[in-house]
Amino acid sequence: MEAEITATAAPAGAPARPVLRLSNLSKNFGGVHALDRVSLSVASGEVHGLLGQNGSGKSTLIKILSGFHAPDPGGQLWIDDREVSLPVAPEALREHGLSFVHQHLGLVPSLTVLENLLVYDLAVADRWAINWRAEAQRARELFARYDIWLDPLAPVSRLSPVERAQLAIVRAFDWLQRTRRAAGASGLLILDEPTPFLPAHDVDALFRLVRDIVRAGTSVIFVSHDIDEVLEITSRATVLRDGRVAGTFATAAMDKRAIIHMIVGEHVDLETMRPPSKPRGARAAAIRNLQGGTIRDFSAELSGGEVVGLTGLIGSGYDEIIYLAFGAVPAVAGTLELGGRAIELARLTPNEAIAAGCILIPSDRQGAGAVTTLSVTENVNLAVLGDVSRAWALANSKLVENAASLVERFDIRPRDPALLFGALSGGNQQKALIAKWFQTSPRLMLLDEPTQGVDVGARAQVFSAIAKAAEEGATVLCASSDYEQLGAICDRVLVFSRGVVIEEIAGDRISKSAIAEACYRSA
Amino acid sequence: MSVKSALDKPAASPPALAVSEWLERFALVLVWAAIIVVFGVLRPESFLTWSNFSTILGSQAVIVILALGLVVPLTSGDYDLSIASNLTLAGTVLALLNARWGVPIAWSILAALAAGALVGFVNGFFVIYFRINSLIVTLGVGTFIHGITLWLGNQQTISGVSEGLVTAVIVTRLFGVPLGFYYALVLCAAIWYVLSYTALGRRMLFVGRGREVARLSGIRVDRIRWGCLVASGVIGGMAGVIYVGTTAAADPSSGLTFLLPAFAAAFLGATTVNPGRFNPWGAMISVYFLVTGITGLSILGVSTFVQDLFYGGALVIAVTLSQIVRGREERLT
Repeated sequence: MEAEITATAAPAGAPARPVLRLSNLSKNFGGVHALDRVSLSVASGEVHGLLGQNGSGKSTLIKILSGFHAPDPGGQLWIDDREVSLPVAPEALREHGLSFVHQHLGLVPSLTVLENLLVYDLAVADRWAINWRAEAQRARELFARYDIWLDPLAPVSRLSPVERAQLAIVRAFDWLQRTRRAAGASGLLILDEPTPFLPAHDVDALFRLVRDIVRAGTSVIFVSHDIDEVLEITSRATVLRDGRVAGTFATAAMDKRAIIHMIVGEHVDLETMRPPSKPRGARAAAIRNLQGGTIRDFSAELSGGEVVGLTGLIGSGYDEIIYLAFGAVPAVAGTLELGGRAIELARLTPNEAIAAGCILIPSDRQGAGAVTTLSVTENVNLAVLGDVSRAWALANSKLVENAASLVERFDIRPRDPALLFGALSGGNQQKALIAKWFQTSPRLMLLDEPTQGVDVGARAQVFSAIAKAAEEGATVLCASSDYEQLGAICDRVLVFSRGVVIEEIAGDRISKSAIAEACYRSA
Repeated sequence: MSVKSALDKPAASPPALAVSEWLERFALVLVWAAIIVVFGVLRPESFLTWSNFSTILGSQAVIVILALGLVVPLTSGDYDLSIASNLTLAGTVLALLNARWGVPIAWSILAALAAGALVGFVNGFFVIYFRINSLIVTLGVGTFIHGITLWLGNQQTISGVSEGLVTAVIVTRLFGVPLGFYYALVLCAAIWYVLSYTALGRRMLFVGRGREVARLSGIRVDRIRWGCLVASGVIGGMAGVIYVGTTAAADPSSGLTFLLPAFAAAFLGATTVNPGRFNPWGAMISVYFLVTGITGLSILGVSTFVQDLFYGGALVIAVTLSQIVRGREERLT
């Protein structure tokens, strides 16, 4: 901790007046310190970067600012030198001109640019005679002022990704300008990862817009994973690590390597959890020339018993591989070789993938993994309905028996398979999903964030289930942004950037910090 | 990070749960028994007669079959608002072929069922192929085929259908109840078996509750949804055949009024026997529950508008009740 503070360069020319200042902000989630006594100040007219790994507390901080979370008692927040009571009320946001653009932008694609632009007004003001012609004119003038060229009457679905981001940012900025009422309020725009899905040259267009906004006197908080972007656009930046401020620095005085170091930290890895590297088995599966979604070209030889991690920063496409390889999302091209068969990925369906020996455990447990309003018995048996009993005469007693033995074997608690799936905790839901699929002894296991929202105990159990399956010869592809998890279970980790693998970390070189560094270098 | 705790859930003690669960399952049956007792006390001479009950059981077979037909696509998450028009179309096809053109009754029945299957296939085509909401597709297709029915039958009731059909549906009685009731009973048992004891039934349930979960579990979601719509088409055709059997004629429009009672029964049925799930026994019981109330009230001398009040009210109350059951399940998650 202390070591990093020395890396904190003094702000170049003490900032005149902080627009936003927060001190001693903490937030606990069931005993986990998401934020631990965080203090931060944003100077008037600056773009302030906010960096940190997943789980470092960035999003919790943003959600406290937007009033979504109430912080623990003891924290204080000042905007424009006036103390704002916590939790932040929506009126306070409007009065002080705080406005947010989240990663998913909050646009409705089927509505027009103009309707999307006016959505905040329509939400709070009862207008009974909207003059659409005048509003369209005002929109055109607004766009022209920031040198973006959008037709107010075009549906948002026809805009390119960068145009959508521009629209969302201009909308947020326009809104804060029109609503701030507090004396001397200059406004603060919070951009929460607006860039990960944009190609590099589009990011420049977005940055021109951000600079124009700052020139108009408004400050910006820029949340990003991308260190190059932070170096380019921000004047100062703060790094969060494990819920604490690891350091604040003037960007001009820092280089990429030092920033990565600050983000990743000097972690003592839990290397003890790592099994010794095993010799690679015979080739069991291969993916060749996979294209689709963000993925431009991916090939990999996979051996039996191997656990391969897929990772990268958000938007790099690492999390798309497993859905493409399962036929859950249609690929453009590529083949999957499994059990001596070559399968065209462009035409693969999940049903055929399962028949070939693949399984997929999606990260969206409640939406795509299981039906929460049905029982654990019904959910875990879905994968084996025809096998446990005959298709035209389900032996319900056998299904109940099977569920009971799975609950035992995978330690799903409470030990009552008649419970609704949704009544289980996150960790037990995940164990139930693992039970559902691992009982089929698949050849290729495709896992997406297998321990997201899972408590520590269940996490270890998930790891050992994966290790056991690998021991029995299965090949595991695991997409995750949890570097510690990858460090603990993988024989190889493939790091993605912009749709291609840019680095392979294998064997004893694998560690949480090595993976994290590779990811941040890639940006 | 969503930290969910199993401790948030109310842990009902097992014995109390068993009693309340039993009550919930059979509440409708108890209420049904209660209204029979009430009407029986008020009008013992006309209500509490076997002929009254056997009439009720036999005459409602058509609505029971329609409600059972709805249970199938509702389980897999789709509506079929065309099912009543399907009934009138099948009836008209049957009567035209048999009474007008002298086609043997067996072939006429097959043709009527085939017409129902075709309508279901067309519904499925638009729902699956173009990803249109089934509510809209079946509403439109239903109205469209009603137009075809009117055109085919020249907007008139076609009478003179083979006596054999009438005999087989309404004249022949077993334990004093017309055979039509037993056809509905057999269909109910068949659907119950498929939903409870086959892999297909379990897959339908998953398709209805979580389409993405089903798809990622390797279920051919489109095929199941399409198949269910074809099944409800065939069952609608079956209802048409039985309807012609009870009246010996095909009326092009009166069958349409069965749509609402059938929906009311399907939804009310989802609150009983197996609460929270569309189920055939619940649907069947609900039909008779509703008609008992209506018959009783009309024996008491209440005007015919009570029918609309009863069916309309029952549909809304049934949906509200199942929402409450759902809501309680969702609060658990």
